[in-house]
Amino acid sequence: MHLAYPVVLAALLFSVGVYGVLARRNAVLVLMSVELMLNAVNLNLVAFDVWLRDSLHAGQALTLFTITIAAAEIGLGLAIVLLLFRARGTADIDRATALGDPAEPLAVDEAPNGAEALKGQAAA
Amino acid sequence: MNLALPTLVPALPALGAAATLAVGKKAPGLARPLAIVPVAVSAVLALVVALQLGTGQVLDVATRLTPTGGPDISLGFYLDGYSSLISVLVGLVATCVQVYSTAYLKEDPRYPSYAALVSLFTAAMFLVVYSGDLIVLLVGWEVMGICSYFLIGHHWETADARSASLKAFLVTKLGDVPFLFGIFLLGADTGSFRIPDVLAAATEGRLGHPTLIALLLLAGVAGKSAQFPLHTWLPDAMAGPTPVSALIHAATMVAAGIYLVARLLPVFLLSGAALVVLAVMAAVTMIGSALCALAQDDLKRVLAYSTVGQLGYMAGALASGDREASVFHLVSHGAFKALLFLAAGVVIHAAHTNSISAMSRIPGLRKRVPDAYWTMGIGLVALVGLPPFSGFFSKEAVLTAAEHAANGEALTNGLGPASAVPEAAGWIVLISAALTALLTAAYATRLFLLAFHSPAGAAAAAPQVLPAADRATVVVDHEADAPYSPELDEADPATAEPPAMRWPLWVLAVPTMGFGVAGLRSDWLPALLDGGSLRPSGVTAVTGTGLAVVGILAAYGAWRSATARLTTGRPAPAAVGQVPGQAGAPAAEVIVADPGRTLLGPLFGPARHGFGVDRLYHVLFVRPVVAAAQLVRFLDREVIETYVRGSGVGANLLGRAVRLAQTGNAQTYLSALLAGVVLLAVLVAV
Repeated sequence: MHLAYPVVLAALLFSVGVYGVLARRNAVLVLMSVELMLNAVNLNLVAFDVWLRDSLHAGQALTLFTITIAAAEIGLGLAIVLLLFRARGTADIDRATALGDPAEPLAVDEAPNGAEALKGQAAA
Repeated sequence: MNLALPTLVPALPALGAAATLAVGKKAPGLARPLAIVPVAVSAVLALVVALQLGTGQVLDVATRLTPTGGPDISLGFYLDGYSSLISVLVGLVATCVQVYSTAYLKEDPRYPSYAALVSLFTAAMFLVVYSGDLIVLLVGWEVMGICSYFLIGHHWETADARSASLKAFLVTKLGDVPFLFGIFLLGADTGSFRIPDVLAAATEGRLGHPTLIALLLLAGVAGKSAQFPLHTWLPDAMAGPTPVSALIHAATMVAAGIYLVARLLPVFLLSGAALVVLAVMAAVTMIGSALCALAQDDLKRVLAYSTVGQLGYMAGALASGDREASVFHLVSHGAFKALLFLAAGVVIHAAHTNSISAMSRIPGLRKRVPDAYWTMGIGLVALVGLPPFSGFFSKEAVLTAAEHAANGEALTNGLGPASAVPEAAGWIVLISAALTALLTAAYATRLFLLAFHSPAGAAAAAPQVLPAADRATVVVDHEADAPYSPELDEADPATAEPPAMRWPLWVLAVPTMGFGVAGLRSDWLPALLDGGSLRPSGVTAVTGTGLAVVGILAAYGAWRSATARLTTGRPAPAAVGQVPGQAGAPAAEVIVADPGRTLLGPLFGPARHGFGVDRLYHVLFVRPVVAAAQLVRFLDREVIETYVRGSGVGANLLGRAVRLAQTGNAQTYLSALLAGVVLLAVLVAV
């Protein structure tokens, strides 16, 4: 099989993953997109491993590592998303902007918003 | 000769000042002894040093204080007859003033700092007198200036005292800057700051720029000794306590300038132009201040203007090349003017006013302060220059010196050729001194008659009140802007003359009466000085005394006629009695027979205001300086601060722009990151 097929597939997968990370709103989908990107890399590793006829099969070994780490990472990520959802009632990534530094006039408006959010939390 | 004694003379009062400052607040009981004892001891030591030194000897020792790269600065003594004489005068007056102050400032909470400053001042004056090095002399000179500033501002609660102290400081400093450059130039020309070296160089004619040096030094002397262009601070300095006026502004500090010229007279003799300038300065000062004194209403200001005038006499004697006469007059004037000021302090305490027209309305003032009355009389007679009081002899010595200089045979006593003194200088001094003798007699008589002998005072139980119609026609004598006396009203009329205030008067009265005799024999006082003659010559003695008598008679006549006009031209006391409610009213204007008004005529108004010199300086100097200060304030507030504020605002705006990027949305950050990576990749690839 020609190398071009898996590489193009990996590139497409990676692009889809990038798009998902940058554009999706739901944090779970963002995590899934990250997985897509990881798998695109895995695909590349395996394909090049075969194409280069590596006697040590370092590419395949590395793929196993990646899969293991990805599993751990997705567990941790999902746990964070779960906590985020519990705390805020939403898993939308573009609404989790508490670490932002709004401009001066916003800072004045934010205080009541924060108070409302707290109130909503208490009600929940 | 034991060097410890002359070292202790300036050191003791300085240590006393430090001790008074240190313990004065905590132990008020110690303040008085600490103020009096060191000054008194150093006065005695100064006398001992003078006796040990004897006549005709010079003590000149020095140790190098610091190398400067140029002429070295040394710490040393240069003692001769002049320094002996003046140090004894300083010690005597300072001791009297310290004793007097214990009573005069009895209730003053700031007495310790006052006494410490007086002691420090005394130490500085001793330093000036004893120092053999011009730079060390300058240190004492400036310490005196700052002490004078603090002491004039003793009553700093009043705006008068504050502005007077500032004025004194600024005006004297204005003279001190050229003075400093004069010393530098002198040091550069002679290669030494030591007085004996400078004198040797001057005698050998090794000075490169004698006229420039002399004129620069004269500026400092004019500032310190209150000569014409820079005299304006001295009358205002009367805002200080009266003993300070006696010590600083009559007997010692203002004499420092004269003393310095006397010390460096060989330098001045090299420049005829400088002597003529000095003569003109002295002449303008003498006549102007005498006219001003004739018109003043404030007792202390009369005395202050008289001090300015008498300093003019001393400067005149120096301009005539005779430093003996100058220092002779300095010492006798120091004694009788200190006496006059201290007596004036007693009178002011008893009368609770500085105004002599107000004093003339106080009944029996002369009986309440008999000692002050008599000693003031003695002092005034000495000031007028009637024989046999000290003022007569010293003033005649000045006149004689001027007469000799006018004839081209100046009494330089071997300091330089007689031809060194231009005849013009002698004539200027002679004529102005004669005229001033007349005016001095007039204002002294006016002062005495108004303060103590006014018939209004005798019959003042019912002061004369003018009808409203008359009030408009007669110029009111009591001016609204008459200087305010900040003296505390603490004197009980029954004890207006405590012993501590009475005895210094009589102590000072002794030299006032007898010191003049010392100049009669050439082996008495002249032997201590340059060895010339101080005996008054016949012509000047007769002229001077005659002019003084004429002045007295004129003032007395004017006073009599003014008094007579007042009593006949005004409604009788009976008329006043009809409106008793008006008699004691504060608005009542009481007219005093002022002979000064009659004598001066149209000049009276300008003379009372010092011929507008203050106003002129205000227009010429104060206003431009204030305008410049406002310009600087504008530049600082509006221009420089705009830059400072602009940098703050700019950083703020920049921060706000950067802040916009920090939205908190992780996806935005990642997008930016990706864009950056792509950009870098493209750049690297291409």
